[in-house]
Amino acid sequence: MKSIDHKLGFLNALPLTLVLGVSFLMPLLVIAGFSVMPQKVFSLLHLPDFSSFAVILKQGYYKSLLWSLGMAAAATVILFVICWPLAYGMAKVFGRFSLVLTIAVVMTLFVSENIRLFGWSLTLMKGGLFEGHMRAWFGVGFDGLLYNVPIIIFGLVYVYFPFMLFPLAQGISMVPDDARQAATDLGATRLQVLRHIDLPLAAPGIMVGSLLTFVLAAGAAAESKILGGQAVIVIADDVETAFTFGQNWPLGAALSLILILIIGAIAVYGISKVDLDAIMGRKGR
Amino acid sequence: MSSDPILRLEGIVKRFGNFTALHAIDLDISEGEFLTIVGPSGSGKSTLIRLLVGMDDLTEGEIRLRGKRIDQTPANKRPTCMVFQSLALFPHMTVGQNIEFPLRIRGVAPEQRKIRALELLDLLHLPRSYHEKGVTQCSGGERQRVALARALAFDPEILFFDEPLSALDYRLRKALEKELKDLHNRTGKTFVYITHSLEEAMVMSDRIAIMKEGRFVQIAVADEIYSRPVNRFVAEFMGEVNLFDVEGVDGGVFRAPEMEIHVNGGGGDFGLSLAPGETGTLVVRPEFMRFLPSGETADFILSGILHAEYALGSRIQYEVEISGGEMVTVEKLREDRFTGALGDTVVLGFDLEAVHLIREAGHEKH
Repeated sequence: MKSIDHKLGFLNALPLTLVLGVSFLMPLLVIAGFSVMPQKVFSLLHLPDFSSFAVILKQGYYKSLLWSLGMAAAATVILFVICWPLAYGMAKVFGRFSLVLTIAVVMTLFVSENIRLFGWSLTLMKGGLFEGHMRAWFGVGFDGLLYNVPIIIFGLVYVYFPFMLFPLAQGISMVPDDARQAATDLGATRLQVLRHIDLPLAAPGIMVGSLLTFVLAAGAAAESKILGGQAVIVIADDVETAFTFGQNWPLGAALSLILILIIGAIAVYGISKVDLDAIMGRKGR
Repeated sequence: MSSDPILRLEGIVKRFGNFTALHAIDLDISEGEFLTIVGPSGSGKSTLIRLLVGMDDLTEGEIRLRGKRIDQTPANKRPTCMVFQSLALFPHMTVGQNIEFPLRIRGVAPEQRKIRALELLDLLHLPRSYHEKGVTQCSGGERQRVALARALAFDPEILFFDEPLSALDYRLRKALEKELKDLHNRTGKTFVYITHSLEEAMVMSDRIAIMKEGRFVQIAVADEIYSRPVNRFVAEFMGEVNLFDVEGVDGGVFRAPEMEIHVNGGGGDFGLSLAPGETGTLVVRPEFMRFLPSGETADFILSGILHAEYALGSRIQYEVEISGGEMVTVEKLREDRFTGALGDTVVLGFDLEAVHLIREAGHEKH
């Protein structure tokens, strides 16, 4: 019986394994292959050559990588702080209003990210909706709020809001009410309940939300382009330029690979720390 | 228990919108006693305990702990603590971390916390190695003990229990009831326990408070509640019982339909008096009912047809249909088993000492 179950499980998993292998693993291998090609050469007959990685170090491409990771980290932290109370409300307090909130947040995803960012650009630029009104009503003009690092982070926070909110709400809904009440009954203050009960028990949701926002934000380019102007160059921008304008595929591949490795390592570490089955709902307690 | 009460409830009212869950509850709880509040679901006992530990606000009234008002004190500042129905153990912590939680909250040093946790494991007959065990890996009975240990680590003035045994199987529940009573004796703490199970209450409690529809119906020691219930509700709640409607007649004697009364040779005043026209209910526990062999007599005599026989382990229960179609329940120890066949006509009798009279007419037939 057991061996039949095993065979069936294997056979069931096979199609998806093949699809993932072809569509997910293959491109990664191709990228890895490209990254060790000599610069400005397109030949499959060559020895591995790490000159692209040397270029990244020498020409300062690592700076854009650091900017990307740094801004992604900032956006993740800010999103966590903003979303926690809201997610708590959705999971425990709002009741049916949660549904309204969910629909409202999901609706924003129906409009393309670029269009929404251009909307913000028009709102915040000099002579735009905000500054223009301020000047017309109060006579105080200023330079507009675009083209700096904080506004890029704002863009990341805005765009990836749902990716933090929903996993967090899911995580908080897994915290049993009676555990929180028992902790209070045993003398814990609100802060202590948050620290000892809510945060650890909602950890799977926190981890999923943080990884999603961090990974997406670290690879994002639109926010820095549309809202940030040329204030900073992010890694995704560099990759795109290398593959297109620069026609330097080995460099683009090397940059991608570094980003993938860093993000992959963070994701694997994060996922290993929490019980993902709990949030996916397989394991009944 | 003559000293001042440790906890005094005065005129506790709790309303949810238009619904009044608790109607002016008064109660004194003595230091060191084991008080059980029993009632059917919806009687307000859970509401009451939530008010007492501070998880809900009361609408009116006062709660005083050793004379000091605590009803406005938030739950985490009250020196009381509760064992939840669900136990509410912290699933992400080990047994040790669960037990040490209240100490950790107070900033007790880790070494001292551990010493105390190990003492409590000993007290509750859990192996010391459980300190490192994940709480989700414990069995139902072990979790129960962990929850108790955690509550005791808090060192509360009063320990409340919200039906913590209700989810366990029968044998384990019986064992833990006794253990809990034993623990009460050893710790000397004040225990307030709520349950819908009267059996549980009888085994453990010093005093039992019976609750119905947001009011206490009777508060007394178990024996008194069992043998002298104040009304039909309590009588029926306390297990199997036979209730007979009676009515006073002239001369202080009362009349029960379908029953021959031979007290003092069949007449006169026998202590259970009802005024002429007054109605009441006669309470007789099944174990006081006897099958009368021909020639024997009793103070009260009924006849009927043996309808059913049930084995209850150490006891046998019989149902006898008396005229009018009502069922009378009789219980005998297995060694005193009655040897009649179903369908036989039998004569039942019981004596004056076994009878309790409630001055309340029977509105509802049981």
